[in-house]
Amino acid sequence: MATPLVTMHNISKSFPGVLANDRVNFELAAGEIHALLGENGSGKSTLMSILGGLYRPDQGRIYWQGNPVDLRSPRDAIRWGIGMVHQHFKLVETFTVTENIVLGDKRLPYFWRPASKERELAKLSARFGLDVDPQARIWQLSVGERQRVEIVKMLYRGCQVLILDEPTAVLTPQEANELFINLQHMKESGKSVVLITHKLDEVLAVADRVTILRAGRAVATRQRGSFSKEELAEAMVGRQLPPRPDRRRPVQDAVTLQLDNATAFGDAGQIALNNLSLQVHAGEILGIAGVAGNGQRELAEVVTGLRPLHKGTMYLAGENMTNRGVTALLNKGVSHVPEDRLGSGLVPNLDAVDNVLLRTYRHGTRPGLIDYRQARRQTEELVKAFSVQLASLGSPVKLLSGGNLQRLLLARELSAGPSLIVAVYPMRGLDIAAAEEVRRLLLRERDRGAAILLISEDLDDIFRLSDRIAVLSRGSLPVPPIAAQKANREEIGLLMMGHTEVATHG
Amino acid sequence: MAKRWRIERRLTPAPGMTILVPLGSALLALVFGAVFFTITGQDALQVYATMFHGVFGSRYGITETIVKTIPLALSGLGLALAFRMQLWNIGGEGQIYLGAWGATWVALTFADAPAWFVLPAMALAAMVMGGFLAALAAIPRALWKTNEIITTLMLNYVAILWVDYFVYGPWRDPAGFNFPLTAPFSAAARLPALTGRIHAGLLIVLVLGIILYFVLYRTRWGFEVRVIGESEGAARYAGMNITRNIILVMLVSGAICGLTGMVEMAGVAHRLQPGFSPGYGFTAIIVAWLARLNPLAIVPVAFLFGGLQVGGYAVQVMGIPSAIVSMLLGSLLFFVLAGEALLRYRIRRITEESETR
Repeated sequence: MATPLVTMHNISKSFPGVLANDRVNFELAAGEIHALLGENGSGKSTLMSILGGLYRPDQGRIYWQGNPVDLRSPRDAIRWGIGMVHQHFKLVETFTVTENIVLGDKRLPYFWRPASKERELAKLSARFGLDVDPQARIWQLSVGERQRVEIVKMLYRGCQVLILDEPTAVLTPQEANELFINLQHMKESGKSVVLITHKLDEVLAVADRVTILRAGRAVATRQRGSFSKEELAEAMVGRQLPPRPDRRRPVQDAVTLQLDNATAFGDAGQIALNNLSLQVHAGEILGIAGVAGNGQRELAEVVTGLRPLHKGTMYLAGENMTNRGVTALLNKGVSHVPEDRLGSGLVPNLDAVDNVLLRTYRHGTRPGLIDYRQARRQTEELVKAFSVQLASLGSPVKLLSGGNLQRLLLARELSAGPSLIVAVYPMRGLDIAAAEEVRRLLLRERDRGAAILLISEDLDDIFRLSDRIAVLSRGSLPVPPIAAQKANREEIGLLMMGHTEVATHG
Repeated sequence: MAKRWRIERRLTPAPGMTILVPLGSALLALVFGAVFFTITGQDALQVYATMFHGVFGSRYGITETIVKTIPLALSGLGLALAFRMQLWNIGGEGQIYLGAWGATWVALTFADAPAWFVLPAMALAAMVMGGFLAALAAIPRALWKTNEIITTLMLNYVAILWVDYFVYGPWRDPAGFNFPLTAPFSAAARLPALTGRIHAGLLIVLVLGIILYFVLYRTRWGFEVRVIGESEGAARYAGMNITRNIILVMLVSGAICGLTGMVEMAGVAHRLQPGFSPGYGFTAIIVAWLARLNPLAIVPVAFLFGGLQVGGYAVQVMGIPSAIVSMLLGSLLFFVLAGEALLRYRIRRITEESETR
């Protein structure tokens, strides 16, 4: 076999308390799509950040066509032809596509003519079937289009190797398919692609080769055709996948949450929720699918009292709770598992005790005072009951891993036996075991009789947990919630894309 | 095998280091000062010895240090509370001046009133005035996010000029030989002395420090202040009223700074005059930060700063300008903040396989 384009040999990288990569070997051939598969926290992103020049390895070497290279910065990596598209795009919102792409290009003269660059970029993107308007401003573009801008940027810099970090996490199924077609184009013109992912279907769909990482080690590399989905899953997790939880209880009569014609504004003053009506019954999970940015955040904030309703009404167990505020809803047993755990659900610099107090500090016997002895005892109990791993009750919670943060947050939000739980992307960023634990807790709460509004962009989770499924698109539900048994993924995908009807629904 | 240095984040501060590092940093600041003295042709040891002797060598030195500690600590407490909530109250100086003005108004108006009435009334007036000045910045900040750094800073000049106007104008003491001074306060309007020039303001500082600590770490309101300061998102999520707390915290912060003005009037000056505060409200910003906004640490840090100031007076006889005190204070802040980084990061020498190219 010919010398690989890129060889990463015996790479180790540690962060305080974590060995992210442990003597990993990785090869990339010219003109191949190589998937890097692993759970969250298995070291995929770290390994590729080393190749992208963002981190330097503690140990190990990188070879470019057999010659050792030293990548000290992303600029270095790009000089060798290695470009990385991160999960969070690095684009200037108010600049045009062209301006963003040429930004930082040393070859560009001080005075440059946008028109000729625009033509050059249009030609370049057409060659790979990447549809972007060079004159558009970034803020006007959808997430999928922004991703294409990032890819064109790397191609413009002359990259031979393109690293994509979880590129489909932010895309609809249709957009993801389009991306895979683009990747095939690139491969055919000789580029190499590294696809970082934890989704088995993507590997099966596009990868020529797959390397599986588990707990920082490369456990297997397989050629296309020599693996099955089950084998990959087992290699990735190191054990059989747990069976799907039993679900689909019949809907009870008791309506816990009712929204009638809800209209609310987003942060930018736009209409984020548009005349939306829905009901969540006690003992059911209503799954809200949809592409982020279609009103998910605003819906969760309205229901938890963080955002006022402009029009419409909200009832909780029959009582009108429209615009009553967070505290009133809190006292009525509304729990909230927010999107950003460390940004709003927990306070990073405070300890576990203070974080458990965050939503209960008003309920004390002594007016105005907090009983810390009692709070400490309660925290100890919760930490034990939800098996949160922490060094000590007194250390800041920002030191906890993602799974433990979520366990602590759920411990607080679920311990009081809430009547309504609003959970926004509750499994995001968790490894398989932790995500499974969160699913188990949510199902347990449902069985206890809580109404759960589950907002997620992960269709797998929506289908696994929900009793009924609705799609949030441009601030409203284009069709009423569909019973989970009758829903199918293609229809849901089309609704997420903005279609307003489906052929068959129940 | 090549070796290189690497900077790592520490998970937890190394044991004992939370005390040792700030002390070491302070020592380094003194060494830095010593280099400066040596370059300018002074005997650094002699300078420090004189400063030390000026502070601790006499009853007078210690007394003066404590007299300066009181306003620094008191306004430091007020500022630290606002800083806790990420409200940058740079207007301590102005709030001190307006507080002093309020106290003076009471003392001059009720010149014949007994102490049990006039002293609390002076304190109340001072706190109302200090709180009022802070509210002028706090309300626009809470409602429209106006930058409070700018507004509190500018209001300092308003307050200082306001005091100047009264002292040069309506309140000037007819028996004062045309000096810009108000009439002296009655004996009832003076804080009782503990010993010598040390007045009862010291007790106010100590009690208030403990109260603020208790409020921050044991009460629901203190919990709200700490959470809002750390994360507004989490505070909103927990249903806390951020707008109300911004105004409330700034009011209390301004009131405590205003109280500092009253304590200076009733404890030290016994009459209002321009420039009665040598920038206590500004120095208190550094005091609050070096104490890491911990109310209990503010008093010792203020004592250190008071000592440096008194020591600065002492070295003037050696022909060194007392401005070197400002320089030492600056380098102290610089070194201690740099030392903080050492607490949170460590540098390790690591081995890696040799690199080519």
